[in-house]
Amino acid sequence: MVTGASRGLGRALAEVLAAKGARVALVAREAGPLADVVAQIRGTGGIAHAVIGDVGDKQAAHRIAGQVQGLVGDVGIAIHNASTLGPLPLRLLLDTECEDLAAVLETNLIGPFRLTKIFAGAMALRGAGTIVHLSSDAAVEPYPRWGAYGVSKAAQDHLSRILAAELAETGVRVLAIDPGEMDTKMHADAIPDADRTALQRPKDVAARIVAMIESSTVLTGARLSAPSWTVTP
Amino acid sequence: MKFQRQAIRVVDALRPRGTTIALKADEVSRHAVRLVVVDRARESVRVVAFGELPALLRAGDLVVVNDAATLPASLFGTTARGERFELRLSAPIAGSRLYGVLLGEGDFHVRTEERPTPPRIAAGDRLRIAAIDVVVEQVAGRRVTLVAALSDDELWQQIYAAGVAVQYAHRTEQLPLYAVQTAYAARPWAVEMPSAGRALTWDVLLGLRHAGVQIATLTHAAGLSSTGDDALDRALPWPERYELPAATIEAIEATRARGGRVIAVGTTVVRALESAALEAESRDAPLTLAAGSGIATLRLDPHYRPRIIDGLVSGLHVPGESHFELLSAFAPRSLLVKAIALAAQHNMSGHELGDACLVL
Repeated sequence: MVTGASRGLGRALAEVLAAKGARVALVAREAGPLADVVAQIRGTGGIAHAVIGDVGDKQAAHRIAGQVQGLVGDVGIAIHNASTLGPLPLRLLLDTECEDLAAVLETNLIGPFRLTKIFAGAMALRGAGTIVHLSSDAAVEPYPRWGAYGVSKAAQDHLSRILAAELAETGVRVLAIDPGEMDTKMHADAIPDADRTALQRPKDVAARIVAMIESSTVLTGARLSAPSWTVTP
Repeated sequence: MKFQRQAIRVVDALRPRGTTIALKADEVSRHAVRLVVVDRARESVRVVAFGELPALLRAGDLVVVNDAATLPASLFGTTARGERFELRLSAPIAGSRLYGVLLGEGDFHVRTEERPTPPRIAAGDRLRIAAIDVVVEQVAGRRVTLVAALSDDELWQQIYAAGVAVQYAHRTEQLPLYAVQTAYAARPWAVEMPSAGRALTWDVLLGLRHAGVQIATLTHAAGLSSTGDDALDRALPWPERYELPAATIEAIEATRARGGRVIAVGTTVVRALESAALEAESRDAPLTLAAGSGIATLRLDPHYRPRIIDGLVSGLHVPGESHFELLSAFAPRSLLVKAIALAAQHNMSGHELGDACLVL
């Protein structure tokens, strides 16, 4: 399962996983863009299913999980990629409405938590599975104006570590991966005047992340940085 | 569903003729479930917190759970003539095919058996269920097979958008989908919750692990407990699909080899494993269970001699119910009646989302 799969890194992750033969459930809010991605993956011989849902909606959690497991079966890899920056342009924390901070936490922290509660239980009994939380350097560095997003990602990093500790020896791996700066809509939303040529392409980052997931040297609880990760033979 | 009465009355065989005891039917938080322990060897019954399960089992025992998630199996629709009905799915969704039973108009506030009969339909009829257009492929009484004119993705989307969990008549509010999922639910194959595993929180599951108790899974398509039709209800449970992972069979064999006990969580696990055992016997390979898919056809009764299962976690059931009869295959009836009497004395709940018992 890949959330936020209709564009950017989520789309690229779904494409890479499908190209490797995974049955991929793509989760996104908007039906149209999602259908295009699913059709594209199927066109190249991949197995892909569209699940329309908002991870920030409490009522949607079991609907999303039920459709995912109904369509692709037991989930081996759950990638929490969907996230929101909150209102644009990015605001100082003291200018951030409480409701906006709560909404960002709902999508970036509590949404992944709800889905992980569902998927990780089944993974733990089967003794295998990987949960990936897409993080950001904003989780570590206190960038002004990135408050809501940064807080949500820092909390998600810690959620990842605590889950890893609680699920130690169950065979479930829980990872946080910082993909680095990419040429995506989210990046353009946050930094409209960025030099796009200096940014990584989502496709390349997705290939690295999938290689990380496949690597037996990546242990549960790890927080990894995609740009600095090298493929070891 | 089975526990639609506010209280379940049971004749206590150990009391003077004619006196009854009542088991309440309230929902219990999954963190507060209590367990009646029925100990066959000691011929004793006692009440403990469900969380003590790890201490009640031994290192080397195996607990087998049904990992089926529960579908939003209750959907509403109309015929081409505008008659309203409820469709209750009775089996997993198979491609574009839906299997289920029809009930007449009315919602969950009306007890299933008091609902009006469903509209008459015939093969070839077109129905609209929520936003799903279906063609009736087969009809047998109120049992139907429907074919949806949607892609798989759209069909699943519509079912989760419009469907709700099969409801209890005595609830004032709708039972949400999350309330009928176990902590390890995976593929949505069950149309009613495999509820014996409801109190298996991760605290208990990890506690079992730490106590040296192994845990294995199977997936069993738990079916409806009530169809609104007496004749159909008497034939329940219908044949149900199950899938037995190779790892679970290995775990069962290893458990038997080391003298451990196989503990089933729920009657669906009993049906799946014992059906697989009977299938093995029919191949002249007793106890050599086959991995993969099967159809559970076994109808348990007090005379059934379990081949695989040594113990059972179940909800609380009273004499006369099919689940109680099933329990009689695992323990003497008198001991089970004593257990129910003790449960009543402790004010325990016989609701499907209530308290539980452990037969060892």
